[in-house]
Amino acid sequence: MHYHAPTTLDAAVDILAGASGDCRVLNGGTDLLVRMHSDMAHPDAVVDIKRIESLRTITKEDGGWRIGAAVCGAEMGEHAGLVAAWPGVVEAAGLIGSTQVQGRATMAGNLCNASPAADSVPAMVAAGALARIVGPEGIRDVPVEEIPVGPGKTSLTPGELVASIYLPSRPERSGDAYLRFIPRTEMDIAVAGCGVSLTLDEAGAITHARVALGAVGPTVMLVPEAARMLVGSHLREGALQQLATICSAAAQPITDKRGTEHFRTHVAGVLARRAALIAYKRAGGTPE
Amino acid sequence: MSKIHVTTTVNGDAQEFLCEADETLLDVLRDRLGLTGAKEGCGTGDCGACSVTVDGRLVCSCLMLGAEAEGREVETIEGMADGEKLHPLQRRFIDMAALQCGICTPGILVAAKSLLERNPDPTEEEVRYWLAGNLCRCTGYDKIIRAVLETAAEMREAS
Repeated sequence: MHYHAPTTLDAAVDILAGASGDCRVLNGGTDLLVRMHSDMAHPDAVVDIKRIESLRTITKEDGGWRIGAAVCGAEMGEHAGLVAAWPGVVEAAGLIGSTQVQGRATMAGNLCNASPAADSVPAMVAAGALARIVGPEGIRDVPVEEIPVGPGKTSLTPGELVASIYLPSRPERSGDAYLRFIPRTEMDIAVAGCGVSLTLDEAGAITHARVALGAVGPTVMLVPEAARMLVGSHLREGALQQLATICSAAAQPITDKRGTEHFRTHVAGVLARRAALIAYKRAGGTPE
Repeated sequence: MSKIHVTTTVNGDAQEFLCEADETLLDVLRDRLGLTGAKEGCGTGDCGACSVTVDGRLVCSCLMLGAEAEGREVETIEGMADGEKLHPLQRRFIDMAALQCGICTPGILVAAKSLLERNPDPTEEEVRYWLAGNLCRCTGYDKIIRAVLETAAEMREAS
């Protein structure tokens, strides 16, 4: 195996685009190195992108936040501005693994690993995040939900990498949240997860909503019908019940060792209503 | 294939080594530098027995390549005592019998030290969450958690 540690994005793209054989991006390494150790990946080369300074920063941009691909979960949690702006996204990223894993794992890596159970992805999808992809053809910004196309598979083409995640500007009275179910309190993979992002008007009615589910389908999924139902609502009991029903209906889970289809379907709805309540309170709403 | 030449700092001392591209930092520490305090429990980042800090950040050395250590500052359990003088955490772990077989202990000590540097007055819950990635199959954690909390109190009084 060859190890490359370019210091510029252009150099990284050149290496990835010019590689013959299996050349992988090495970001936090918390998935790739596990796979190599478990004999499930045998890359001919890895491109360590953590020496590229521009990928290591969290910066304010047009009222939103640009998070470099190589920023780890712990760095996000320590960034007061980011935590204040997008608490749900930061919490979701912070749920991934242990303290040790938080010192390495990144949201861009979580996205490109393309696990349906990736914790940060439903929160990013709910946030309307854009992934900035850099490749031989230049730069393109893509909604994060378009990156994973199936378990372990992404829409990136050869030579491309995710350089940053952009969390857009949002109005006053906005809030987001992510919840997942795991059978213990720490260190586990989501059985189901739900991210919700809401904006309210001055009277507490929801004016904008995005809801995303994780671990209940081959990819993290946006649930537009849930968002449509929420708009105009004050998140009273009837709306919460409808939200749960819509999210359970949208869930298309499998039965595996982590949970049954039946359980996941139910829990997707429960998590949606609980996450929506947290997001609503964060947006300054007072639920009845 | 030619090996990679890496210059780094380990426990404050300049270190150079040659390693293969796919060797982990844990492999390098144990097999090339003779620092066998960090243990391989799982090799997949689940158990924390290989915990070290890199540029002050707690990581699993099994989830990092040796080549990535270029220019970084690595701290391992071997750097924790000051010569013969044990770190307060080490002393408390012995006094309170917060270990049995000892496999997890280096990782737990490195992780606990990292916690106390950031948060000198953690709650029990904070200690438990911080150490959630350090698995112990012997003691059941209670003595470990109490030893960390008592060390924290001792270090606060001393400072």
